[in-house]
Amino acid sequence: MSEPSTPVSRLSPLHDQHVALGASFTDFAGWQMPVRYTSDLAEHHAVRTAAGLFDISHMAEIAVIGEAAGAFLDEALAGRLSALSVGKAKYSLILDEHGGIIDDLIVYRITDHEFLVVANASNRDAVVAALTQRTADHAVAIDDRTDATALIAVQGPAARAVLEATSAFVAPELDELKYYAWTTGAFVADPASDDSVAVLVARTGYTGEDGFELYLDTAHAAGLWAALLEAGAPLGLQPCGLASRDTLRLEAGMPLYGHELGLSIQPVQAGLGRVVVTDKPHFVGKEAIERGPGDDARVLVGLAAEGRRAARAGYPVMAGDEVVGEITSGALSPTLGHPIAMAFVHPAHAAVGAQLDLDVRGSRIPATVVPLPFYKKEA
Amino acid sequence: MSVPADLQYTAEHEWVRLEGDVATVGITQYAADALGDVVYVDLPKVGASVSSGSIVGEVESTKSVGELYAPLDGEVVEANQAVVDAPETINADPYGDGWLVKVRVSETPALLSADEYRALIGQ
Repeated sequence: MSEPSTPVSRLSPLHDQHVALGASFTDFAGWQMPVRYTSDLAEHHAVRTAAGLFDISHMAEIAVIGEAAGAFLDEALAGRLSALSVGKAKYSLILDEHGGIIDDLIVYRITDHEFLVVANASNRDAVVAALTQRTADHAVAIDDRTDATALIAVQGPAARAVLEATSAFVAPELDELKYYAWTTGAFVADPASDDSVAVLVARTGYTGEDGFELYLDTAHAAGLWAALLEAGAPLGLQPCGLASRDTLRLEAGMPLYGHELGLSIQPVQAGLGRVVVTDKPHFVGKEAIERGPGDDARVLVGLAAEGRRAARAGYPVMAGDEVVGEITSGALSPTLGHPIAMAFVHPAHAAVGAQLDLDVRGSRIPATVVPLPFYKKEA
Repeated sequence: MSVPADLQYTAEHEWVRLEGDVATVGITQYAADALGDVVYVDLPKVGASVSSGSIVGEVESTKSVGELYAPLDGEVVEANQAVVDAPETINADPYGDGWLVKVRVSETPALLSADEYRALIGQ
């Protein structure tokens, strides 16, 4: 066995709650975050069958403010954010001049003149720097609110029931809130003293299940977390760590920056060509995107194998004796019971049904290219 | 964190129970907890000769892969098929039903005491 390491790093506003729940921690992008509370598998299954509660306060929240905010984001990001309605959210990408991916983002339109850009913790500085640099010709302000913002995700088929059962949490008509839309709720910490705080309630997530992401100030995060846990327990709600979050998103075919996304990867290679709106007059990376990554550029595929032995990130993908690709994420799928992986492979071997071999530390494991996602919730 | 006093340990987070010339080997609770839910175990075959420090198997969780090192020189006399069939046994009972292999020891090895292992993992 090799030595695990947990270097000291930044703490979530919910850190004391995690310690009290007996969490194990991992260093993630400079933050000490819960990797699991009890069992990765139990937490994974809780999200698939009931609900899970995640602290993802390490994510970066960056406000873009100004009358020209929409036009600015159209140039700074890959999508057409100016067309986004207030109350809606959109998955987007921020590219560099070479068409490489600086980060993937969720962008919420807060008002006509304000957007909230949510970036990965690992890319917070890069995204803030790129946005700030790109403001040069635009009268917009970039405000990094990460340190003042907590983010709690409630995910799973019982997620809505959990929110509705939490009496201290008030939100209008959650059953009518569409996927990738948001509304304003409130957490009433103390009805007696009228201590109430606004919560941005978004129907978004990273698990492949129905669910909500709740943004609020850090000072009230522990109170909301405790209220959700207490009200959700009878509905099967479990606190869930980053280990289950990773297997859940992998089953749902969702990319993770540093694995499926990176500066050397163009969106089309990762199956995200649809996220780039190329008929805008200008956006950073446009010329490179129009040139494309080249005919031989590897593309992202899903791979399924039999047995229980999973290929992991970095392992070679073989066609005969030739290395034709590399695994970017892999695990034994807790829901499906067999190994799954995402990999970049040469386009000649990327068709669904293609038979390939995974080199698992010297052993060859046969695998088949399958469509993504591996898992889709029932409609 | 349980570190039974009657066992010996390695720096690779394995435990050894020496009875006569047969050593039973498993991974410690510390290692099992660090790995998370074990979902796959690969063990050496009965009859294989192993040498101290060599990689003889794997213990995989949903998140990561741990290599199993032979803690001593000898010949594998038994591999625990029950943990191969039910890898979660390692998490549930790392020092009991979750044992991995039995090795007939050719030379008595230098291993860590429970106190030394506790110090190693900062307990």
